[in-house]
Amino acid sequence: MSNEQHRGYHDLAGLEAGPVDQTEHNPAHWEKQVDAMLTLLSDEKRGLMRVDELRRGIETLGPDAYEKLGYYERWIESIRMIMVERGVVSEDEITARIAALQQAAP
Amino acid sequence: MSADNKHGHDHDHSHPHPFQPDDDAGAPSEHMLLVRALRELLIEKDVYTADEERRTIERMDARSPAGGAKMVARAWVDPAYRKRLLEDGRAAAEELGVEVGPTKLIVVENTPSLHNVIVCTLCSCYPRWVLGLPPAWYKARAYRARVVVEPRAVLAEFGTELPQTTEIRVHDSTADMRYMVLPRQPEGTQGWSEEDLAAHVSRDAMIGVSLPDTPKATP
Amino acid sequence: MSDVKFQPGDAVVVAERFPRHHHRVPTYVKGRRGVVERLCGIFGNPETLAHQGDGKPAQPLYRVRFTMDHLWAGREESPDDTIEVEIYEHWLEAAQ
Repeated sequence: MSNEQHRGYHDLAGLEAGPVDQTEHNPAHWEKQVDAMLTLLSDEKRGLMRVDELRRGIETLGPDAYEKLGYYERWIESIRMIMVERGVVSEDEITARIAALQQAAP
Repeated sequence: MSADNKHGHDHDHSHPHPFQPDDDAGAPSEHMLLVRALRELLIEKDVYTADEERRTIERMDARSPAGGAKMVARAWVDPAYRKRLLEDGRAAAEELGVEVGPTKLIVVENTPSLHNVIVCTLCSCYPRWVLGLPPAWYKARAYRARVVVEPRAVLAEFGTELPQTTEIRVHDSTADMRYMVLPRQPEGTQGWSEEDLAAHVSRDAMIGVSLPDTPKATP
Repeated sequence: MSDVKFQPGDAVVVAERFPRHHHRVPTYVKGRRGVVERLCGIFGNPETLAHQGDGKPAQPLYRVRFTMDHLWAGREESPDDTIEVEIYEHWLEAAQ
């Protein structure tokens, strides 16, 4: 079907897939922090990000990332993209901080 | 993508998924470090405080399917409430003290001839305020890909079978509305208290992949 | 604010467009015919909200009902099972 060639990689309806894995997953603390980050960034007080931008960001990470990253990993990558895009933080600041945290880690 | 300390994380894999340890409990992954870095930067820049984060997480943790179950149980005992619930899910939730936040809630009713199932094929939209966080499977590929094409096969994996004479209606939350199923009241529960009824309403029944438990016949 | 173009019961066809920007119409309904079930309300347009736009003009949002046999011809389990999808007005045309 010709429409299929235009399908975004996040647009999953109708694709072949195996059984539903019903394993429950309790979110880790860092995952809750990501969830809270979005809630706070997108609230009325701050208005620094919209849920629509989160989705757009996820849809821009690329099909490999979409396939391989976990749910909240995609979120944090998208939040990173949008925060840099909006000038709230810079890519340099992020990479510098990650490096500093890696240094400090035991 | 650079190598992680842990394997790439797709909730569709078949091996058991252990509880994720906090980042204190071992070498943090690439993404845990990214979270930490972004979080620190945002707090340093006064975008939000650690206290606001803590309270946001507490509110998230406090939400569970109990809110939705309360609404279902009330609808089972009170036909006028049922009508209000189906007309305006948000107002009906607030009536019972269930906070809905910004959610635009539509409650869809199961009947003998109609069974409803909820999905978000494009991402993971879910009525989090009334049901808590969605299960991992709701957000993953297999459910999102298949439930709109073969809902009966997917429901069978959850142990749910419906006769061919019952229409299955799948609701794909593609935009601003959020959906919750009002399941049918199980046989043998007439006259039960709302509390006991609510205890029989599971998250999966309000998503539509399960039916509420039928109580075992009293001996 | 735009006038509401469709009423419950109207037959509609979903546009067959494939924009590169963020949009909330899944491939499986593009070009397909359904029936308006209800007007959900008037909401900001996610296609611009996702790209730092203001979401204006706000669009009427409808729930549109499709039958499984129409969407998945040959793959469907039960032809009369249905799917309801929320679709913004600017994606809908009256069906002929």
